[in-house]
Amino acid sequence: MSMTRSSRLIASGIAVMLIVGGAMAFAIVWRPVIPAIDPPTPHAFDAALIKRGRDLAAIGNCNECHTVRGGKNFAGGLPVPTPFGTIYSSNITPDAETGIGQWSEAAFRRAMHDGVNRKGEHLYPTFPYDHFTHVSDEDDRALYAFLMTRQPVHAPARENQIFFPLNQRPVIAGWKLLFLRRDTYQPDAAKSAEWNRGAYLVAGLAHCGACHTPRNKLGAERVNAQFAGGDVDNWLAYALNDRSHAPVPWDADALYMYLRSGWHPDHGTARGPMAQVVSNLSSVPDSDVRAIAIYMADISGAPTPDRKREGEAALAQARSPSQASQTDLAGATIYAGACASCHETSRPLPYGGVNLALSTAVSSPDPRNLANVVLSGVSAVEGERSPIMPGFADSMNDTQMAALLNYLRARFSKQPAWTGVEKTVADARRAVTVYLQTSAGPRSAPADPTQRDKP
Amino acid sequence: MMTLKVNGREHQVDADPDTPLLYVLRDDIKLNAAKFGCGLGQCGSCAVIVDGTAVLSCVTPMILLEGKQVTTLEGLGSVSEPAPIQRAFIEEQAAQCGYCIPGMMMRAQALLLKNSKPTDAEIRAALEQHLCRCGTHMRILRAVRRAARLMETADAAATTNRSAQ
Repeated sequence: MSMTRSSRLIASGIAVMLIVGGAMAFAIVWRPVIPAIDPPTPHAFDAALIKRGRDLAAIGNCNECHTVRGGKNFAGGLPVPTPFGTIYSSNITPDAETGIGQWSEAAFRRAMHDGVNRKGEHLYPTFPYDHFTHVSDEDDRALYAFLMTRQPVHAPARENQIFFPLNQRPVIAGWKLLFLRRDTYQPDAAKSAEWNRGAYLVAGLAHCGACHTPRNKLGAERVNAQFAGGDVDNWLAYALNDRSHAPVPWDADALYMYLRSGWHPDHGTARGPMAQVVSNLSSVPDSDVRAIAIYMADISGAPTPDRKREGEAALAQARSPSQASQTDLAGATIYAGACASCHETSRPLPYGGVNLALSTAVSSPDPRNLANVVLSGVSAVEGERSPIMPGFADSMNDTQMAALLNYLRARFSKQPAWTGVEKTVADARRAVTVYLQTSAGPRSAPADPTQRDKP
Repeated sequence: MMTLKVNGREHQVDADPDTPLLYVLRDDIKLNAAKFGCGLGQCGSCAVIVDGTAVLSCVTPMILLEGKQVTTLEGLGSVSEPAPIQRAFIEEQAAQCGYCIPGMMMRAQALLLKNSKPTDAEIRAALEQHLCRCGTHMRILRAVRRAARLMETADAAATTNRSAQ
């Protein structure tokens, strides 16, 4: 009798737990379909709103991921390598069948805010909604207006190659439960309006942390290591906090010039995935770039007296180059014959090369970026004056390039020698080839965006 | 002294290992097809072929050439016996001042060695880093397409063989 009662109690307890658990799981995972709309005509949007959306899309760097080399703007298809497999960017043109043409503004806002598509499927956080969730409704409206007035392109999505169980989209709901913080940006009254504008853009649309903050094993940004440096497409996105390896510490003016022009005489030229970022930032309102620079300079903190001294020493070394050390003859010889003609002359940036005593790549914790840029160089931007560097992939083998990189490290940085440089070069040779074949973006930044459209 | 293999011949060269290949070709071996344009690897007029791949000789120090085969434009053909790539450039009248043309031809030759039927996009991508201030780009593109056709025909086989690495 008592047995029956207790087993009945247990059974009903389990039933209640299953129902409650099921309901909770349902609530976490399930999202409704938002009804399809007929693609709005371009006339449905205010021109000023579209223009603002254009600038916001440039700050958000949307085209870098949503355009593939040789493809149409915003039609998607770029393979994004992740530790969990390859994810292909989606078509965000207003094509009804393969793009977002049937998405209402509410559906677009939900995608930005919650990472859910119109059909109610969870999106992979490769689409950085952990940042875009902070974008204001007003800005989402402008972005929507901009995207819905682009040329519709019929381009079906490519199948993602994700490992089980992460290929099951409901799993993403669990990820969101752990890592997605849906707070809107709260201004800090103690700071200036400019600072707050910068903070809003950096945390949200500009999604700087998506590359510059390291990720945990589940692919989420580590909250306690903000801007400590991250990985992106076989490039190292440099630390922007107090762990920065820039030989000369950054300040707001230098950051502003770099983000606006793509280069700075004390730091060098943007390349890799950052080239597209600065190319986009060169076309947005000046005040937004300045706001980002002011905010970033403030949160990375004033340099310590030691850092300042090191920075001055690096600048002094750049002005009066030291004698080449004889420790690595092959590396020194290659440098003298292949690099010094640009990197050790009085020819100023951006057309001359930065003195490598000032290069973050040479002082960086690993030689990936240096290997990437020596292999593939920096190509000119079509139709614009821009920095150029030839690539050396075809003239140096891995051993020779490793000798060069080790020499540069020893001569131009105060950091300990790298290890495994030859393997890094071999890996970079493979990865850089893929990156250059797929990424549509410019491989360097325009030297002077004000010259655009002028002969 | 180091040994440099150019166009199938070995040359004993007295040059520092950091000397750019271009200087040795022009000053020591007196092969003047490769041109000094910018000296910074930015214009392409100094391109030669090393082991089947086009490289910019002004930023390629001698130390990188040990045991390698260098081919210059002189190694492809002569005035009386032009190689297909040279014939094509002549027939399309692709040169105006001509300063950039040896580099263009070497880059195009390297492309055609690897890819006998390049698309227009592939030709443009290969020649992207070569500058021409006269503006004969459209003729250059036509010349490369013509060279690809010439290399397929029997009468060009002799010179093609010689240019093969």
